[in-house]
Amino acid sequence: MADVIEVGAARGDAPPPAASAARRGAKSANRVGRATPYLFLAPYLVLFTVFGLLPIVLGLYLSVHQWDFQLPNRPFVGLDNYKELFSSDSAVFGDWWQSVRATAIFTVVSVPLLVVVPLGLALLLNRSFPGRTFFRAVYFAPYVLGVAVIGLLWRFLLDANLGLVNRVLGAVGLPSDTPWVTDVPWAWISLVGVTVWWTSGFNAVIYLAGLQDIAPELYEAAKVDGASTWERFRHVTLPGLRPVLLFVMTTTVLASANVFGQSFLITQGAPGTETRTVVWYIVEQGLRNNDAGRAAAMSIVFALMLAVVSLANFRLFRYRED
Amino acid sequence: MIHNEMSRRRLLGLGVGLGAAATLTLAGCGGGDSSGPAAGGDGGKDYTGPKVDLKLWNGFTGGDGEIFKTLVNQFNSEHQNIAVSVATYQWEDYYNKLPSAASSGNGPDIAVMHMDQLATFAARGVISELDDVAKTLELTEADFAPTVWQGGLYNNKRYGIPLDMHPLGFYYNKSVMEKAGLDPNKPPTTRDDFTAALTELKKSGVQGFWISPFQFTGGMSFYSLIYQFGGSLFDAEVKKATFNADPAVEACTWMVDMIKQGHSPANVGQDAEYLALKSGKNAFTFNGIWQINDLKKSPDVQWGVAPLPQIGSKPAAWANSHNFTIVKQRANNANKVQASKVFINWLSQHSLDWAKGGQVPARKSVRESAEFKALAEVSALAPELDYAAFPPATPGLGEVITTFYNSFNEAALGKKSPKQALDDGVAKANRQLEDNRKKYGS
Repeated sequence: MADVIEVGAARGDAPPPAASAARRGAKSANRVGRATPYLFLAPYLVLFTVFGLLPIVLGLYLSVHQWDFQLPNRPFVGLDNYKELFSSDSAVFGDWWQSVRATAIFTVVSVPLLVVVPLGLALLLNRSFPGRTFFRAVYFAPYVLGVAVIGLLWRFLLDANLGLVNRVLGAVGLPSDTPWVTDVPWAWISLVGVTVWWTSGFNAVIYLAGLQDIAPELYEAAKVDGASTWERFRHVTLPGLRPVLLFVMTTTVLASANVFGQSFLITQGAPGTETRTVVWYIVEQGLRNNDAGRAAAMSIVFALMLAVVSLANFRLFRYRED
Repeated sequence: MIHNEMSRRRLLGLGVGLGAAATLTLAGCGGGDSSGPAAGGDGGKDYTGPKVDLKLWNGFTGGDGEIFKTLVNQFNSEHQNIAVSVATYQWEDYYNKLPSAASSGNGPDIAVMHMDQLATFAARGVISELDDVAKTLELTEADFAPTVWQGGLYNNKRYGIPLDMHPLGFYYNKSVMEKAGLDPNKPPTTRDDFTAALTELKKSGVQGFWISPFQFTGGMSFYSLIYQFGGSLFDAEVKKATFNADPAVEACTWMVDMIKQGHSPANVGQDAEYLALKSGKNAFTFNGIWQINDLKKSPDVQWGVAPLPQIGSKPAAWANSHNFTIVKQRANNANKVQASKVFINWLSQHSLDWAKGGQVPARKSVRESAEFKALAEVSALAPELDYAAFPPATPGLGEVITTFYNSFNEAALGKKSPKQALDDGVAKANRQLEDNRKKYGS
């Protein structure tokens, strides 16, 4: 420490020789050059730090406290918030795992449909036929509606006693008393069905862009080689879509795992809390019961679960590439 | 019960977009914040200090919001040195937002709050004690219904000045009753009358009493019936949940039997019981007093409202109450606190207009006035004030009450027997209560 000060003081006293100054100039230009990428990254880095990194660190900090920002007493509780998620005699154990189960059911059922149905739509909408633009808009349309709108809309349509869906089913001779929103498995069918109707358009648009990126020459070549429609799909379209598929798969898994609004509005968790999802439960703990520590611990455990799923997802697609 | 009191309103609110807040600045903002001498702390009789601006937050997103706004306008014009501005939020957002706003210094001076929220906000240090207001204004239990007045207390200190109370009422569709040969002007008042009427209705092909499995309104009906059967949700100290005791099981069984006996369809959806009443498919339903104004908008529906029939051994009805509270500020400003008290007192005295918004005024003098009695429907529910079952004043009770409603949901949807559902609910509720005791140290 003392040495550094001495060096600094010596430099201040004696003006440096010209050669040294020139070298330093070059050095500083060089330094700026090396800083360039970081300067360009800086705006995002700042945003990422403030809205990404900091909340994660803060979340970790909160999760080891009993944290109600309004109470003076916010004791450090170590891993208690995590332990109670795994010990069956805690107040949150049952609700937490039920919400994990609900989210898992929803994700497992909805993701395959949300990957396959939009692909089919995109293939159809990629052909040329009159009114193509119109249909592209029609299939995308539900996606622009907010979750509050589609939630309320379907809650009334699916009402067991007054809803249009049961009325129509009755009119064509099917059972007209299906409890679409108040009993399982019907509630799951409703939630997944509504979500597929609501968000398929978005995935379809992404597929459509991917399809248009596949060179037409490849199809021609395949045709010349005598490939059937199925073979062309299997060996040209699908490989061409692989990066898009990975993207769609990953974002859809994450979006489905974050489901909240649909079950909050359409089934309201019924029956009991069987359709209450993880995000809903975290919101309830953090904002309604003012237990940010507990909510943070849940968020972190949930994020870890999703990280594992995403990793598996990347593995799967990379494996196929090899 | 953070849930918005008004399901219809909740729908509208969600449609408009969660978190969208309508800020109505009513008074022209004149005069900077006071720095002059503090007016005498006389607890709210009058305010003679320099001009102050007060911020008031509430959750009146429906027609009652307009009435509240009119009252505030009137207050502002009568008080030259106090300017109150009102901001309205969805109740649910409001309760989430208030603590952080208050602690960051951006909160309101006055906050309207449901009675069951008072304890939580008092324990969390968001609102101040108001004992001096009550004392100087000479407000005593005698001016209010005892049930409402007691509800403003937490740890024997007053935190809320009650504005109104909103109980559950018994709504009936007159044309449906008439069709079944019942006297539409004599709604049943006892258990025997009630079941006899249902039998008649069934003969005319109507399922007369739809049981909703959700908090709005089946859960709140069940809540009322527990007290009617002589039970309670919690023990006196709110240490243990008691909603699996015999009276509660009896009440729950009675409601589930409505479905089994065909007086209600199974799997009633949210709001379906009310919509069915309006469209003549249902004859009876228990719903909040706030539906009066909604029903008045449908002139083609022949309806009436009365206190809940007595199904159990004594009368009782779920109710909640709006209270005025004063929010703790980082920088204490005696003038603002004084002016806030003046406002609260003034509005409490002028709560007759508020009754037109579909609430029973908390103040006895207003309730006994001829003008209030002229509001036929609202005043029909005023007698319920004497036996209203208000939620207890214990911090952090919201999630425990959610557990209560969820266990009723399981019973009403036939997932579990009443006894089983309530036992499971109580086991969970007791763990939550214990958790809360640790957290709030009571």
